[in-house]
Amino acid sequence: MASFVHRIEVHFTKDPRLKTRTDRIRSLGIPVDELHLADVYTIATTARDFTRDELVQVARQLVNPVVQEFTVDEATEALFDEAIEVGFLPGVTDNVGTTARQTIEDFLSMRFGDEEAVCSSQLYFVRGRLAPEMLTRLAGTLANPLVNRIHMKTRQEYGKTGMDRIVPHVELHELPTAGPVDLDLDDAELVTIGKEGILDPKTRQRRGPLALDLAQLHAIRDYFQDLGRMPTDVELESLAQTWSEHCKHTIFASALDDDVPKGLYKTFIQAATNEIREAAGEKDICVSVFSDNSGAIIFDDQYIVTHKVETHNSPSALDPFGGALTGIVGVNRDTIGFGLGAKPCINIYGFCVGDPDAAVPLFRGKDGTNPVLPPRQILDGVVRGVGAGGNCSGIPTPQGFCWFDNRYAGKPLVFAGTVGIMPRERDGQKLFEKKAEPGDLIVMVGGRVGKDGIHGATFSSEALDPKSPVTAVQIGDPITQKKFSDVIVKEARDLGLYRSITDNGAGGLSCSVAEMAKECNGCHVQLDNVPLKYHGMAPWEIWISESQERMTLAVPPENLKTFMDLMERREVEATVIGTFTKSGKCVVECAGIVVMDIELAFLHDGLPKKHLTTTFMKTTNPEPDTPCPDRLDAALLAMMQRKNICSTEFITIQYDHTVQGGHVLGPVQGKGRVQSVASLTTIVPGSKKAVGLSQALFPSYSEIDPYNMAGAGIDTAIRGLVAMGIPPDKIAILDNFCWCSSNDPGRLGQLKRAAQGCYDIAKTFGTPFISGKDSMFNDFSGYDAEGNPVKVSVPPTLLISSIGVHPDAGKAVSLDAKIPGDLVYVVGATREELGGSEYFAQLGSIGNTVPVLDAAAAKERYIRLAGAIAHELVASAFPVSHGGLAVAVAKVAVGGRLGMDLTVPVPDTLRPDYFLFSESLSRFVVTIAPDHKRAFEQALGPDAVLLGRTGGSRLRITGRTLLLDVAIADLEKSYKSPFRGY
Amino acid sequence: MATVRRNIRRPVAAPKAAAVPDRICERALILSGYGINSEMETQAALARAGMDADTVHINDLIAGDRSLADYRLLVFPGGFSYGDDTGAGNAYANRIRNNIWDDLQEFMDGDNLVLGICNGFQILANLGLVPAFDRTYAREIALMPNRGGRLECRFVTLKPANENLWTKGIERIYCPVSHGEGNLSCSPETLKKIKQKKMVAFTYCREDMSPADGEYPYNPNGSVEDIAGITSANGRVLGMMPHPERAMECSNLYDWPLLREQARREGRALPQESLNMQIFRNIVGYFS
Repeated sequence: MASFVHRIEVHFTKDPRLKTRTDRIRSLGIPVDELHLADVYTIATTARDFTRDELVQVARQLVNPVVQEFTVDEATEALFDEAIEVGFLPGVTDNVGTTARQTIEDFLSMRFGDEEAVCSSQLYFVRGRLAPEMLTRLAGTLANPLVNRIHMKTRQEYGKTGMDRIVPHVELHELPTAGPVDLDLDDAELVTIGKEGILDPKTRQRRGPLALDLAQLHAIRDYFQDLGRMPTDVELESLAQTWSEHCKHTIFASALDDDVPKGLYKTFIQAATNEIREAAGEKDICVSVFSDNSGAIIFDDQYIVTHKVETHNSPSALDPFGGALTGIVGVNRDTIGFGLGAKPCINIYGFCVGDPDAAVPLFRGKDGTNPVLPPRQILDGVVRGVGAGGNCSGIPTPQGFCWFDNRYAGKPLVFAGTVGIMPRERDGQKLFEKKAEPGDLIVMVGGRVGKDGIHGATFSSEALDPKSPVTAVQIGDPITQKKFSDVIVKEARDLGLYRSITDNGAGGLSCSVAEMAKECNGCHVQLDNVPLKYHGMAPWEIWISESQERMTLAVPPENLKTFMDLMERREVEATVIGTFTKSGKCVVECAGIVVMDIELAFLHDGLPKKHLTTTFMKTTNPEPDTPCPDRLDAALLAMMQRKNICSTEFITIQYDHTVQGGHVLGPVQGKGRVQSVASLTTIVPGSKKAVGLSQALFPSYSEIDPYNMAGAGIDTAIRGLVAMGIPPDKIAILDNFCWCSSNDPGRLGQLKRAAQGCYDIAKTFGTPFISGKDSMFNDFSGYDAEGNPVKVSVPPTLLISSIGVHPDAGKAVSLDAKIPGDLVYVVGATREELGGSEYFAQLGSIGNTVPVLDAAAAKERYIRLAGAIAHELVASAFPVSHGGLAVAVAKVAVGGRLGMDLTVPVPDTLRPDYFLFSESLSRFVVTIAPDHKRAFEQALGPDAVLLGRTGGSRLRITGRTLLLDVAIADLEKSYKSPFRGY
Repeated sequence: MATVRRNIRRPVAAPKAAAVPDRICERALILSGYGINSEMETQAALARAGMDADTVHINDLIAGDRSLADYRLLVFPGGFSYGDDTGAGNAYANRIRNNIWDDLQEFMDGDNLVLGICNGFQILANLGLVPAFDRTYAREIALMPNRGGRLECRFVTLKPANENLWTKGIERIYCPVSHGEGNLSCSPETLKKIKQKKMVAFTYCREDMSPADGEYPYNPNGSVEDIAGITSANGRVLGMMPHPERAMECSNLYDWPLLREQARREGRALPQESLNMQIFRNIVGYFS
């Protein structure tokens, strides 16, 4: 323990954030008068103490004297009723503390020792008398008990001495060693081990889920029986990581029923891509699909672009900020770990959360204990997390979405994606290929290893329940990652210093090293060399820890000195932790003892095959019984306020979407600032080409018709890019399946239909899948406020992300109407397809008829529209999606702050409201200059139907009669009202 | 109430783009490391204007692998050095002050220029390189957290407040801000001196070029007197929060799709380059 502890408190003389901070808390219904804040640095040393003079000088390094004041070992004087200090729990990453430590070390030319630290905390001064339960709620919004410590004092307790000097400290134990695990047990015991983990011989507690099922445990037992020994805990934990659903995607790999013997992935996803590539011949855009950390397509003659979309759902449920942050910096590493290292150049995000205004309290424990975070807090946290990751890393985040549905209240979905860029070749060597050679050194770079993130891979393969491990929570440190990202993709790669690289993500070293070992057929690791955040970690913990910001590289011995020197100069920690071999084995040593010795063949392919069966039952829902109103003014204003339609610009503007200087079409467009569904970014300075990104999901269609749900996602993701002018043959897609209860044959039946849809639609479009990821158990099991058991499962969710290369960014088209007098068209037919639509949700119904896609007709239309845009015939284009035609024209009009007078061809058989709000696919709203009428109609053919003109300040839509006549300003107000104040 | 707005004609690029100037032989040093992230586009902007630059990691400068004496322009680009921990720009400024302060002072004494954008401006302010009323380089201004309490990324319109070497020939800058701490604050005396010495370089204004008067979002952060950037007292240092280097092309501008459509209707093409490049051309002009 530290012997000398000092406390520096810093506050603004006049805090510019005071009003916003206070308002934000008050908007949550907590009646504070004012909420003041001081930043606290706690400095703990053992070897030497600091003089008061030194501490004052140190404090001066940490404050801005123009606007801030500080105290050293004295209480900040403030007027308040309650003081709440929020610090980190032991072992949680403290980035501010680390920066402060580095500053002090630099200033005093000293180094803090292992047992010494600088810790940051935040001290809130609450003005206003709050009832105890309000105070608890306030503390709950300021801190997350899983990562933060909270210390509260009343004014009286605070007195003259202030808060206590607290140093978070990880308890040390004697170094635990590896131990054998007896699997010669009855099946019930084995099931317990699989579900709850190995029984720790010392603590008599289970170590947390292995997520191994009985068949897998039998296979492991038999393998070690043949070897004539028991597995060690390191081996068992390692197998659990490598075989986890998260890493091996067993559900997508397993045979299904009688008709899908090769499994969903090979039959539907990979086959689609293979067949599309073959058919495309020389026009194939794919470079690397499914095999690496990201997928890659051709950008131009010199460069390729990579894309990868990950989910980080389970950690985000527990710690939204930390979970989302590690999600985005984690997928950045999938870019850095692609080939020999691509440079991350665009981030995207997606959040599926419960409705912040209609939250139903959920609890992990009986009797109202261990509450699930409410959707508002989850949303705030994940929004900040993705923002902190992208902003601090200097990667623009121009594209993303939010989807609200209370079925995400138990477990949110957090999607994070990254696009990377890399030259195809350097000195004749293909940079998108890599191969570790026997004799190469295994080098770990980046952060140190701690107990954070243990059992992440196995944990995300299980549903969240009361026993979910808290160590699964990690907080990222984007700056540590930025440091090694820069040195790898901007220096070391181009010096040719290493032969292979991969990310330490799920499963930590156990997965990254074993994965790379496949390239040369063996590895030998010395766990003693792995740098640790603190002592006292068992070998198995070091091996599987998911501590963030780490990469594993294969460095040839002759390059080692140059490589290590470079890392040292960039202040990036790099450590040789072993050697790649050709032994056919993964061997791990610790303290001179072999703790793991498994054949790679068993580690990677010993997983017993499963055969899954599915069922499918179509449900029928009542149709809405509300009659069509005479006028739809109110209906449209209400639709614009629906959370899945309205503006979430509060997120957009928190995310730097202009860094790297490639902004062409951003997340909001037009004078009226309407959110786009796609973005366009240049990524090579001086090149005309640009990368378009879009995403689409239709979880509200899933329960009705998963096949067409998949079709809607693929069509809409492609369409978002076509609307900017990207030709369909320059587009690739990625799939993220986030399913629920995937051991239920009914859910698997839905999955099978969705995967079949993916194959059929992708094939017809000729659009290849280049990367994908699945997360199969997004379920929450717990209790409601009355203590009744509840299960909340997400609706089967398929996110389709698209990436395309625009041939000429200067010709790209934005969504907003531009010039009065322009012609407004709808392109594509409208049918009565409102099942699962936003309009039916508004009416309180689900319905049965989801939009059906005619992919062949759609493709033809998309080629024509992209051609018209290339010929500069189009002033604006916007896809019709959630909310239908009326919502789409309203957004185009609001975007341009320009009215429209339209007459829509409502068929006699269709209700006008259904016509305006149907979500039929493959449609666009397009505006053009009147001069281009003939050329445009010729280009698009009968698909394009002229609706009217832009002009004035109102949106008027006439069908058989006048349907609505609304001021654009009112539409804009409705569109922007729901998240005002966020 | 949204009414149909008149199309305010305003120049979108220099009437006639200057012919590509010869490259000057003076070189720029662009600092990197510890989370600085805008070095690539900053280097591209300078190169485009005719000045070659080296991006140099701060540790290579500290180690003596590179020398400030070889350069005439020092650039602190945008970024998130040290994650903004302990105050934006503070930790990186400490790293400089604690390691290469003497070299930097020597550089400042020469006929050299220093540019700090966004995080770079925050570093300059913490180092006291602006306002730098004298050679003590005291910290006189602070870039406090935005009034809104979080990072804000959006396009802003800037008006030059004084003509100086940096703002020469510029009527308007339209480029992104993207920062959490750009809220310029200082004592009334300091502000008075900054204004007296004509050190305000750019102020935030509305689309029609009238002052923002502190109103959000035109003034995105609450900065005193809408100040977006200032120079040092001797004029050779410019610090500014907005990012002209992120919108060098017309097609980087927020409103370019509308401008392009208006231009098409008039039968003209939109210029390739945006007005924002003039800042970098002025630097090159200073050395030519």
